[in-house]
Amino acid sequence: MSATPTPSPAHAPDAAPHADGTSALLHAEGLHKTYGSTPALAGADFSIRAGEVVAVMGPSGSGKSTLLHCLAGIVPPDSGRVLYRGRDLSALSDAQRSALRRGDFGFVFQFGQLVPELTCLENAALPVRLAGAGRKQAEAQARQWLERLEVDDIRHHRPGQVSGGQGQRVAVARALAARPSVVFADEPTGALDSLNGERVMQLLTEAARDSGAAVVLVTHEARVAAYSDREIVVRDGKARDMSAMAGVA
Amino acid sequence: MSISHTLLGLLETGPRHGYDLKRAFDERFGHDRPLHYGQVYSTMSRLLKNGLVEVDGIEAGGGPERKRYAITDAGITDVEEWLATPEKPEPYLQSTLYTKLVLALLTDRDASSLLDTQRSEHLRLMRELTRRKTHGDLADQLICDHALFHLEADLRWLETAAARLDKLAKEVRR
Repeated sequence: MSATPTPSPAHAPDAAPHADGTSALLHAEGLHKTYGSTPALAGADFSIRAGEVVAVMGPSGSGKSTLLHCLAGIVPPDSGRVLYRGRDLSALSDAQRSALRRGDFGFVFQFGQLVPELTCLENAALPVRLAGAGRKQAEAQARQWLERLEVDDIRHHRPGQVSGGQGQRVAVARALAARPSVVFADEPTGALDSLNGERVMQLLTEAARDSGAAVVLVTHEARVAAYSDREIVVRDGKARDMSAMAGVA
Repeated sequence: MSISHTLLGLLETGPRHGYDLKRAFDERFGHDRPLHYGQVYSTMSRLLKNGLVEVDGIEAGGGPERKRYAITDAGITDVEEWLATPEKPEPYLQSTLYTKLVLALLTDRDASSLLDTQRSEHLRLMRELTRRKTHGDLADQLICDHALFHLEADLRWLETAAARLDKLAKEVRR
C-alpha cells in the first residue's frame, strides 16, 4: 500500500485557542431547531476537538440527524450557533458555507450517496475535483484512499456493480479524499451486516485518526459507537455531552 | 466455566506438566483471569483421585510441578460427555441494574442519571474491548465479540428502560 495520505497544512489539526477561548474545532452553543410545531432540537452545548471521534447516540426521532445537519451547516438552527474554528456558521454566506462543506467537511450517509453514472474512482475523486484539482491529481489522491479502504480493485466499477459494503467503503474514501477536518457520518453502517459494518467503522476511524480529522458519528448502535472516543446522547431533542459522566475519560 | 473439564480437554491433546497446563489455559481461556498454580495442582490431584488422569512421568527433583499428566480413557469419556451437554442459557432474571433502577425510583432518586452513568460505563468497556479486538487475532476477536454482544444487550435494555422511565416510576410507586 502506498503511504498514508496526510492532511494538507491548510486542514491540519488546529488545537490553538480560538476567539471564543476554546480549543474546539467545532463548538455548539444553545442549538434549537423546530420543524413546524415539532421541536427537533431543544438544546445542544458541546465542543469537538480536532482528531476526536464523537458518537451522537439516541433513539430514532430523538434529533440526532438534525443535530448533525446543524453542525455541518446544512440547516440553520432557529437559535444558538455553531462555531467552526471559531467562525459562526450562520454568519457565513451560502457560498462560504458550500465551500466549507466541499473542502473542510466530508460526509458519509447510510446509502444512496454515490453517483451511479460515475465509476467508484470517479466518485471518490469528485470532492477533490470540486475543490479545483485536475483529474489526474484528483484520481491519484482518491486511489490512495481507495487502497486504504481496501477497494482499489473495484475502482473501475460503477456503484450498482459493487456490494453494499464495498460501496460504503468507496463513500468513506470519498469523504476523506479531500482531506477534510471533520467527517460527518450519519448511520454509516446502517445498511450493512455486522461484519461489514465493523470493518467500515474500523477503516473509517483509523483513517480519520491518522489524518487528524474529527468524526461526528450519528448512530443508534452501541457496537458502532464503541469505535468513538466519547459520546453525546440526544433524547427528546436535548443533546448531552456524556464525557462529564463518571468513568468516562 | 468448569476448570477441571477444560484442563482435561487440554490434556486430551497430549500429556503435559502442570505448568504447561496453566500456560495453555491462560493463553487460550485465561484472558483477564489467569489460573493460580494452586488451582491447577489441586484440580489435578482431584482428577488423579477420580481416575480421569494418570501420572505419565516424574522428572527428577520431586514436587508436584515435576509430574507429567496424561488423560485416561475415563477422562476422555468425561470430556466427551461435557462437550455434548448443552450449557444452561443464563436466564438474566436477577439483574442488579434492574434492582438499582427500581430502588432509585422508589426512593425518589434520579433514575435517569443512574441509567446515563451506567450507559457511559458500559460504553467505556465496549471501547476497550473494541480496541483490543481491532489489534487481536481471530481468537481475541471472538472472545471480545462475545463480551461485546452481551454488553450491547445490556445497553439496549438501558435504552428501553430510559424510554419507559415515567411509566415504570408510576408502577413501582403505586
